[in-house]
Amino acid sequence: MDSLDDYQIPYGFMAEFDTPADVLHAAEKVRDAGYTRWDVHTPYPIHGMDDAMGLGNSRVGWFTFIAGLFGFFSGMLMIWYMNAYDYGLPVGGKPNFSPFASFPVAYEMTILLGAFGSLGGMLFLNRLPRLHHPLLKNIRFAEVTHDKFYVVIEADDPKYEEEETRGLLEKAGSSHIELVNE
Amino acid sequence: MAHDSVPPSVKIAPPPVELERPALVENNRSIGWISDTVAGVIENNTPGWWKLTITISLFVSLGLPLGLVYLISTGVGVWGLNNPVAWGWAIVNFVWWIGIGHAGTLISAILFLLRQKWRTSINRAAEAMTIFAVMCAGIFPAVHVGRIWFDWWLFPIPNANSIWPQFRSPLLWDVFAVSTYFTVSVLFWYMGLIPDLATMRDRFRKVASKVVEPTAKFRNHLAQFLYGAFSLGWTGSNRHWRNYEKAYLLLAGLSTPLVLSVHSIVSFDFAVSQLPGWHTTIFPPYFVAGAVFGGFAMVMTLMIPLVSLYRLQEIVTIRHLEVMSKVILVTGSIVGYAYGMEFFIAYYGGNPYELYAFKNRAFGDMNWSYWWMLGCNVLAPQFFWFKWCRTTPWFIWVICGFVNIGMWMERFVIVVTSLHNDFMPGNWGYYSPTWVDMVTYFGTFGFFMTLFLLFCRFLPLIAISEVKGVLPQADPHHPLGGAKH
Repeated sequence: MDSLDDYQIPYGFMAEFDTPADVLHAAEKVRDAGYTRWDVHTPYPIHGMDDAMGLGNSRVGWFTFIAGLFGFFSGMLMIWYMNAYDYGLPVGGKPNFSPFASFPVAYEMTILLGAFGSLGGMLFLNRLPRLHHPLLKNIRFAEVTHDKFYVVIEADDPKYEEEETRGLLEKAGSSHIELVNE
Repeated sequence: MAHDSVPPSVKIAPPPVELERPALVENNRSIGWISDTVAGVIENNTPGWWKLTITISLFVSLGLPLGLVYLISTGVGVWGLNNPVAWGWAIVNFVWWIGIGHAGTLISAILFLLRQKWRTSINRAAEAMTIFAVMCAGIFPAVHVGRIWFDWWLFPIPNANSIWPQFRSPLLWDVFAVSTYFTVSVLFWYMGLIPDLATMRDRFRKVASKVVEPTAKFRNHLAQFLYGAFSLGWTGSNRHWRNYEKAYLLLAGLSTPLVLSVHSIVSFDFAVSQLPGWHTTIFPPYFVAGAVFGGFAMVMTLMIPLVSLYRLQEIVTIRHLEVMSKVILVTGSIVGYAYGMEFFIAYYGGNPYELYAFKNRAFGDMNWSYWWMLGCNVLAPQFFWFKWCRTTPWFIWVICGFVNIGMWMERFVIVVTSLHNDFMPGNWGYYSPTWVDMVTYFGTFGFFMTLFLLFCRFLPLIAISEVKGVLPQADPHHPLGGAKH
């Protein structure tokens, strides 16, 4: 009888490296070979890896900026609506709404929503949280949060060829290459 | 190559040996050693001292429900407040606790922007301290209003007469500042925890097959589930790290103006009033410097025993303690300057009430608090000019104890001595706390310590992935990181 593994769909190749320099150079080779659906998994962010992978600037800043701007204006609008429009509160002969007295609250709202925008934007761009990932089933991959480094090339990359991809990772100096199933 | 064409006179020589900085992690430890050591705190058996201290902390924290239930069921008269002194220990404690929190945000945000790599060893515990200190702080303004069932009037919702809160009051600014501070601190702390929670998840997963005993198996499954759920499926992907690092930088950039604004707004509670001793423009920077000063003292008060009990001296080294001592010296001197400048302006400003308020602080019937403040905050840190004092943990710990007391005294001086003798001698009075004030305040200590001990037991108390990132072994361009040339 066939084993269950025969019916499984491959997720991709997982290649293990022992030092940050090795994985950085391996990433450069994979980038130059023209792969697009691949990733590097590391215990901490490696300096220079974004360039080695050919990644541009992160777009999280837009989420922060727009959320922060929204926070500032919603803070101002809230105070104007509450103290000047909906129910005017004359206190001490001061104007019912003044941008100066409203500034501290609007400022805090900018930071509050900006912070939610940063964290939320990061999670959104990373497609997190996710409850399942093929790599997290692999017990060897558990070392990724300890002291090992991995290059993973996905099977649905247009350039993916089982022999060729394995050869590339071997040439890059991986100490252990494994086919991970979906 | 371009490098070879540079004439020898332009080449920069490496720094002399005496200028080389000691490593952030001692004994040339590997990347894996960091996670083994920090996670070991969680995985090893509960130490005896932990059980003892949490028992004491829980017992002391009983003061909090006792004091609060008695206060709420009876009324604010059970505190030592009286007619001139309507803000007593509650506001002193509030400002003190919130100030302590500021060191955590300073370490996590401002030192991050300033590229101070040593912060990685202490930022996690300091941020936890921030969150728990703000929780303690928040209790006091909420209950000092007297009729706490009307606390919801502080929120931006209309009351029964459709009237909204009054946004020109600094007290309402404070509500927004403190609640934003708490929320953003939690977000920042949690984001930093995500990769380390993934480390814990993976560590429990790696040993799962070796666990046979049913209760241990259940604990392992529970740990995997909880650390796994809160690590949100983190895989250490570099495509994720890229967004993560950007978000971390942005959160640091947002927390920096936040931490400066929070204590500025706390100081507006005083400075926007008309009372001599409170109505001064120096308050915002003076409060912020004092907060950082007091907060760093609390970080050291907690970290020095913790590091030696958990034997983490290789990660939190003497060098870390020395730089923190220097921060205490600098901020303590700024605070000392502010004390002097306040006095000078009280004289130079030509306002007799202002001058009286300051003379009364130093020589009036509450002068003991002023001299305690001056001794603890200005004189005690001066020891840190000497290297031995900055590098001897027990000595730093003693000085930090004085700073903690001194900063509490500073808030007492500001709040109480300004109120007890104001414009009209017919209004003058004295202030003494009651046992309820004391029990509530000490209760917050127990509450704080309980939360902090639970944090140390169940969460990585040192930012594992961040410490790994500052090791030479982690640098792909360093020989220890595998670089060939």
